[in-house]
Amino acid sequence: MAVINMAAKYKTTVKEPGIPGVLKMSEEKIIFIPNDPRSAMKLNVDFRSIKGHKFSKDGSKQALLNLTQDSEKGGGYIFEFDKFSDRNVCRDFVGKVLGKFQAMMSSKQNEQPVPEKPAATMHGEQLSTTEMEHRMKLLREDSELQKLHKQFVIGGVLTESEFWATRKSLLDDDAQRTSKQQAGFKSAMLADVRPSTDGRTNKVTFSLTPEIIHQIFAEKPAVHWAFLNFVPSKMTEKDFWTKYCRAEYLHRTKNSVVAAAEAAEDEELAVFLKNDDILANEARRKIRRVDPTLDMEADLGDDYIHLPDHGILRDGSKETVDAENDIARRTLSQDLNRHAAVVLEGRALDVELGDTRTVAEALARSKQESSAETSDEKTNQERLKRVSRMTEIEDLQAPHSLPYAPLCIKDPREYFDSQQANALKALGDTDARIKPIDCSLSTEEAYIYLMEQISEVKVRGLNNPVVQPEAALKVLNGLNQYLSSTKYHLGKNPQESVLDRLPNRTKDELMHHWTSIQELLRHFWSSYPITTTYLYNKVLRLKDAMTQIYHKLQETKESVQSDFRHQVSRLVQPMLQALDAAFAHYDTEQQKQYNKGVSKPNGFVQ
Amino acid sequence: MAFQDTQKRGIGPGLDSNSHSRKENRLTPRLTPLPLPLPQSFLRLSPAMNSAPSKLYSDDVSLVVVLLDTNPFFWAAGAGGGNTSPHHPAATLPFAKFLNHVIPFLNSVLLLNQLNQVVLIATGVNSCGYIYDSAGGGSHGGNVPAVCSEILRRLEEFVAKDRRLGKGPDRVVVGGVSSLLSGSLSLALCYIQRVFRSGALHPQPRILCLQASPDGPEQYVAVMNAIFSAQRSMVPIDSCVIGVQHSAFLQQASYITGGVYLKPQQLDGLFQYLAAVFATDLQSRNFLQLPKPAGVDFRASCFCHKKTIDMGYVCSVCLSIFCKHHKKCSTCGSEFNQSPPDASATSDRKRKVSEV
Repeated sequence: MAVINMAAKYKTTVKEPGIPGVLKMSEEKIIFIPNDPRSAMKLNVDFRSIKGHKFSKDGSKQALLNLTQDSEKGGGYIFEFDKFSDRNVCRDFVGKVLGKFQAMMSSKQNEQPVPEKPAATMHGEQLSTTEMEHRMKLLREDSELQKLHKQFVIGGVLTESEFWATRKSLLDDDAQRTSKQQAGFKSAMLADVRPSTDGRTNKVTFSLTPEIIHQIFAEKPAVHWAFLNFVPSKMTEKDFWTKYCRAEYLHRTKNSVVAAAEAAEDEELAVFLKNDDILANEARRKIRRVDPTLDMEADLGDDYIHLPDHGILRDGSKETVDAENDIARRTLSQDLNRHAAVVLEGRALDVELGDTRTVAEALARSKQESSAETSDEKTNQERLKRVSRMTEIEDLQAPHSLPYAPLCIKDPREYFDSQQANALKALGDTDARIKPIDCSLSTEEAYIYLMEQISEVKVRGLNNPVVQPEAALKVLNGLNQYLSSTKYHLGKNPQESVLDRLPNRTKDELMHHWTSIQELLRHFWSSYPITTTYLYNKVLRLKDAMTQIYHKLQETKESVQSDFRHQVSRLVQPMLQALDAAFAHYDTEQQKQYNKGVSKPNGFVQ
Repeated sequence: MAFQDTQKRGIGPGLDSNSHSRKENRLTPRLTPLPLPLPQSFLRLSPAMNSAPSKLYSDDVSLVVVLLDTNPFFWAAGAGGGNTSPHHPAATLPFAKFLNHVIPFLNSVLLLNQLNQVVLIATGVNSCGYIYDSAGGGSHGGNVPAVCSEILRRLEEFVAKDRRLGKGPDRVVVGGVSSLLSGSLSLALCYIQRVFRSGALHPQPRILCLQASPDGPEQYVAVMNAIFSAQRSMVPIDSCVIGVQHSAFLQQASYITGGVYLKPQQLDGLFQYLAAVFATDLQSRNFLQLPKPAGVDFRASCFCHKKTIDMGYVCSVCLSIFCKHHKKCSTCGSEFNQSPPDASATSDRKRKVSEV
């Protein structure tokens, strides 16, 4: 996808007819050559001057692609295409290139004058734009990954495909994740469906989009039911919505007398103004189905509303129910609660929002299905079962012991004796003077000696002083020294590690080295045994990179302060060992090849 | 915490005139009426973990259970019997001198706080036994010298009994004889459990292990069981190793239970080590820096070759560890039916990387 050629018309404004020609886009330039060789509208633009791109929606009158240079100053190039598919291809390409530029600029290094080598072209791999964008996004989000990528792929040690080969799970995961999320309804409907009033005339305009209609159906089942029944039999859709908006307006103005009057006249309007019966029924049913084992006690601690100075006191005496008019007085909190309940239930509909009628029917169908599932009888049974389970009296029941097979050890002696010898060997002894000397003693003598010693204490009594002051002083000094040495601080606090005590820069360097070494070693070991030239070259590149890191590690070790030098060298030790192992392997393989190489080498160059 | 302090002062019986004897006070501790009602949870001890420190008792009262190693072979080896090196610990510190450090240490623990208790358990080669319990009523008053003589008397009896129980060979190799650490640990833990169950008021127990003999591999499982039960009851196990080598058991014990492990370099200052490091109560240890070993080696060893490994195969039934794949577990006999990916097979697999 390095170059795109497309027939397009170039315009400076949208209204122009446009100059037909050919648009060529590569990663670095955009070139437009008009069909008419006499025309002067040739374009040759550097891609980097393009900051953004806009495009018209699929299905609109013109298939336009607008490449903008600067969002403030304006100025850009508009191209019109014959077909949307053409335009989409160009748009994707532009998006990809801009994304690459963005990723590059967000890296901390100075901007490279040459954009990233499209490594994909080396292997002729075709990457779709989404793949490309996906990778960009991953790189942008994870700065460590980006550093590795920059170091190795741009440094030429690894190729793009190799780098991503080990990270397939990252790429896959992301794709899956994005498609799973469902969006709920917007809360804006509660506030924003305001009529726009025209100050001059007395007209009030409501605008209802399919999205809003869908939401209305989900939140107000009475309206939904009315729609299904009245439209198109009794009135047209437009009339329906007019009536609905009128009801909303009346409700908003809180003018109950007018509302009552209108409701008396127009029975359909009355439907909108009354209390939502369907909702009330549903609520009643839900209350009946509440789990009897619900522990209300547990929530008592969370009840901050009834503490003094909290919450809003609701004085029920102030609310009067107007028994004559059956007009509903919906409060904002009721609306909010209903909205929240609907959002939590989730969006049941996957139908494209287009025709209101289909939406309404689909919604009705889904509601029917869900209500059919929860038949009362089944739920009752479940409730009873649950109640019996929760109220069981544990004391009166037999213990639930799961059947288990007792452990049988075939050779107990071997099992029990095995661990000890190694634990001792592994510990080692810091005091080299004392070697485990074995001498043999007669049991009798040993016991007699012990008894003698005890008698000696009896006779002589305890020493005074118990311990010589010099010895005590030495002991205390020794302990102090031991406790204050840095060696002692290791392992004292399990949360703290040596890394935290190093200066930040060293710590970051070490961590970065570690991740790079891991990456290199992974690729290194996976390339063995070497069977093709490609692998051989790859191994060479990797070996050079590893040697570089080796030197860098040595430098890091030397640059650290003397207190920490020991710990840093201990930290660095496994890294060096791993690298040494890799080098050793490389050398032995080389040696082997050399020895074998007198006869025909098998397909690769030495 | 202010509430706590007043409580401490209220309970401490030291200032009362009508009770001189320490023992009497401990049996009937005085409780002043509490100014604030305590929530019930403070007083209720959960059945599983009896050792939650009770807030009604002063926090720095301790019960120290000292496990004294009386392995005669170790101690006699320093006496010049046979060809021992002059650097053998028992040569620099014969048993008599050792007792000269330990008994004053016990006394000093008792002096640190009137309510402190000390229990001495002797770890012999054939048996273990309780030697001294400061809480037990003696026929003597609370005089300090009586402690010493009683300990010595009981020690003698114990060693005689141990010798009688011995059925071993007449000549033994010193390095191979270990004392019954697991037995004394169990005795200590049983005593501590009894203290826990004696009511809400009890001192905070800990175990101090004065170990001279080498670890006996046959006691591995028993010692580990004791260590885990100490961990569960939150009883720290401190170790002071006077023997020739480090003790792996005690290192792990101290590490897991949160105790202190020390192998003193200078044995003639043993009392100073004991007083500086092991005499502190558990409450004060939060504010002190005490020596910890540079590292504990927890690496397991494989069951087939007995070498220490970092990565290996584990049987899912009995958790025994092997360094390479076996068809059948040698410990419990269960068969492994899944064959692992063989290392040599990967290289034969076709490479997925595109090659030019």
